[in-house]
Amino acid sequence: MTTETLTHQKESLRPRRESADSESKALFGFWIYIMSDALLFASIFATYAVLQNNTFGGPSARELFSMPFVLTETLILLVSSFTFGLASLYAHHHNSKNKVLAWLLVTFLLGVAFLAMEATEFTKLFQEGNSWQRSGFLSGFFTLVGTHGLHVTAGLIWMSGLIVQVWRRGITTTTIGKVGTLGLFWHFLDIVWIFIFTFVYLIGAI
Amino acid sequence: MTNDFKVIDEQYEAGRRALGSYVTGFVLSVILTIIPYFIVVRHMFEEQSLIWAAVLFAVTQLFVQVVFFLHLSKKSKPLWNMIVFAFTIFVVSFLVIGSLWIMYNLNYNMTDTSPANTNEGYIPK
Repeated sequence: MTTETLTHQKESLRPRRESADSESKALFGFWIYIMSDALLFASIFATYAVLQNNTFGGPSARELFSMPFVLTETLILLVSSFTFGLASLYAHHHNSKNKVLAWLLVTFLLGVAFLAMEATEFTKLFQEGNSWQRSGFLSGFFTLVGTHGLHVTAGLIWMSGLIVQVWRRGITTTTIGKVGTLGLFWHFLDIVWIFIFTFVYLIGAI
Repeated sequence: MTNDFKVIDEQYEAGRRALGSYVTGFVLSVILTIIPYFIVVRHMFEEQSLIWAAVLFAVTQLFVQVVFFLHLSKKSKPLWNMIVFAFTIFVVSFLVIGSLWIMYNLNYNMTDTSPANTNEGYIPK
């Protein structure tokens, strides 16, 4: 009886082990992508740092940005990183589909709120005549913050797809793997934002 | 049968530890965001130290989030994760510090500044 269960268990475990292995390979591959994305951001950060005082007689960072607004944006993105962590927690350890869906949805809405705030800021700058054509500083600013915003947009599109997939198929090895990779992406974007918050907004306000 | 329960227990235990990790990471990140914000907004120190303080808080938060959100640590299963991460940190700092250093010297070695394109220098005072 016991040997039977054991061999049975072994057999049922094997395909899972293999797919878990390929999941971890996918995760590692995605990690390498994230790191190359970090290099992309590093180049844009360096460009911004070089250009940040070249305002060409236009407004500087200190005159343009509202600090409480930026702090709100930062906290929203931070909370969304945390709620994604909760979604990934329920997917990996508790196998509860509804909680995963709920936390993914909360994360999605926070991401939308963040993007909406960023769009508001960009529109305001643009309407006041401070577009990317105004000065080297503003070109650098729009490139850096805009690239991050595009990443967030891509993350949100991906997340909406994942929500549909989890909703239809439930928690499977495949969906768990996807929650894992999107998690890497989302937490990475939060880390990049910390540096934008520090180098563009905080140091700009000094 | 008992084995199954043990697996579930371990899963549950791992879940609890993961939750603890996310909560710690989140609380630390909020603190590490709020402190530099108020230091800068209230202008608590002179400019140069404000800049260093802000950078220090950002780098600390980078490591907090990498450890508590991305769960990268010495125990990370494929050691390659860690190696790739370390290499990226190296290249990123090389790229950013190198660019700033070169451009700083370039600005200050310029003799000709045409009025149409005054380069005011990029280094924060």
